[in-house]
Amino acid sequence: MSSAPHALDAPQQTVSAGGLSPQAIRGATTEPAWVRRLLIGTALAFMTLFLFVPLATVFYEAFKKGLDVYLASITEPDALSAIQLTLIATAISVPLNLVFGVAAAWAITKFDFHGKSLLLTLIDLPFSVSPVIAGLIYVLIFGLQGWWGEWLRDHDIRIIFAMPGIVLATVFVTFPFVARELIPLMQAQGIEQEEAARVLGANGWQIFWRVTLPNIKWALLYGVILCNARAMGEFGAVSVVSGHIRGQTNTMPLHIEIAYNEYQFAAAFAVASLLALLALVTLALKYVVEQRVKHQKRAMGDRAE
Amino acid sequence: MIFSRTLLKRHSVLPGFDLSLGFALLYLSLIVLIPLSAAFLKTFTLTWSQFLEATTTPRVLASYRLSFGASFLAALLNAAFGLIVAWVLVRYEFPAKRMVDALVDLPFALPTAVAGIALTAIYSGNGLIGQWLPFKVSFTPIGVWVALVFIGLPFVVRTLQPVLEDLNRELEEAAATLGANRWQTFCKVIFPILMPALLTGFALAFARALGEYGSVIFIAGNMPMVSEITPLLIITKLEQYDYAGATAVAVVMLVAAFVLLLVINLLQAWARKRQGGL
Repeated sequence: MSSAPHALDAPQQTVSAGGLSPQAIRGATTEPAWVRRLLIGTALAFMTLFLFVPLATVFYEAFKKGLDVYLASITEPDALSAIQLTLIATAISVPLNLVFGVAAAWAITKFDFHGKSLLLTLIDLPFSVSPVIAGLIYVLIFGLQGWWGEWLRDHDIRIIFAMPGIVLATVFVTFPFVARELIPLMQAQGIEQEEAARVLGANGWQIFWRVTLPNIKWALLYGVILCNARAMGEFGAVSVVSGHIRGQTNTMPLHIEIAYNEYQFAAAFAVASLLALLALVTLALKYVVEQRVKHQKRAMGDRAE
Repeated sequence: MIFSRTLLKRHSVLPGFDLSLGFALLYLSLIVLIPLSAAFLKTFTLTWSQFLEATTTPRVLASYRLSFGASFLAALLNAAFGLIVAWVLVRYEFPAKRMVDALVDLPFALPTAVAGIALTAIYSGNGLIGQWLPFKVSFTPIGVWVALVFIGLPFVVRTLQPVLEDLNRELEEAAATLGANRWQTFCKVIFPILMPALLTGFALAFARALGEYGSVIFIAGNMPMVSEITPLLIITKLEQYDYAGATAVAVVMLVAAFVLLLVINLLQAWARKRQGGL
């Protein structure tokens, strides 16, 4: 409900411990200044060493040899075809997982049925499977030695070492993202609004488009953002099924690998910087959407009280 | 109609149960369940002794030692520093805090291959950090560990943060009024509450590290018996057309992953109970 009334933030009542001044209580529930500084310093040093330095390195190495080399590296034919393939594979897999995520979340959160917790576990399963194994299972089915290998060859259909394999592997590794973001939120939202719409005569699609979707749009967007980032950057699973054919089945991460292994560091880091930029945009969008979802949850929590 | 008649516990006025569950199950089966079962079915073409032989050669055993050992040590470091980072982000104020908070998710958002080449460049002999270290990091097991620390970093922080935010300050006030000093309050009041979430985060980081491939292979050097992780060994076997051998090792890793998933689910149930009780 986009017109939901903004809930009033009720001031938190703190129970003061008998006889102690507020300063004494605060002093008793926080650390001395030197401990605070030490902990903040440790946390920042750790984050700088393991997160900020690698991120900065990508951009530093990409531009080390100048803007001309950078531009040439990302506009050479192999790089462009890698970018194109990555965009196509993402454009197919993200919508597929979006539809699945919405369908699964609708069934799980709006109905009470046997086997629900099993279904929830199975949806999370791809997260615990190594990307390498995600690629391997499709090779076992569609590869030349696989279940349908000969049949596919006889009918001249290529899945492994071709685009369909890359899409399948990408779909597998990004499978749970949308569903995972939607399920907790929709669970918390309950079914009263949908039931009310039903009683007032709305049909299923009307309920979904007019009642449910406005309620979940931010979480949905959040799931799509995460799904998209992972889809564009997936390396292990795609590496197994792609066959690394230059200009044909190389995605951006695979292009980076090949350039790097051929000691074309500037070229590798140039393409890598595009993906790093995507990661930064993802983090920024994620932050914005997270604030929205938090706000929505808070508004909902207060309404429930 | 079939699902609503057999599975539904309670009648609902809302439509779309058959359609949504039917589609979800079909898609889940096609993308995940049938392909995964292919891995298990493929290993049944091996006899038990062939399976044992394929999964226990010295080279495979060395890769398990490295994969499990480095993942464990990486998750351990993440647990220690993740606790500090989560604590600092929830409890203290400092400049650029929101940016730091957002940056925690970088390993989720940054493609593993990008992280891999960046870490290799930093820790190689003439790299930004590598040149100051008295020992080699790139192309050794230490490099594997560094990469696994990077990719596991968000898990502990993100599982601890909500628990810390919900932590009831009154408990700490009560401990203080009863005469506990800050350290005692942390050890005896706060830490036990955080424990289930900390273990969950540790297990999540460990599980992720175990299957990780992209960020590791660049920095590892991939020497058999020394710095070759198990996922890479699966690919090597695959490239030699040893499908059965690759699948056998993959099944060992899958079973380890499923056991971890079970452990994580139990830990989460424990964490929920612990939080609900307070």
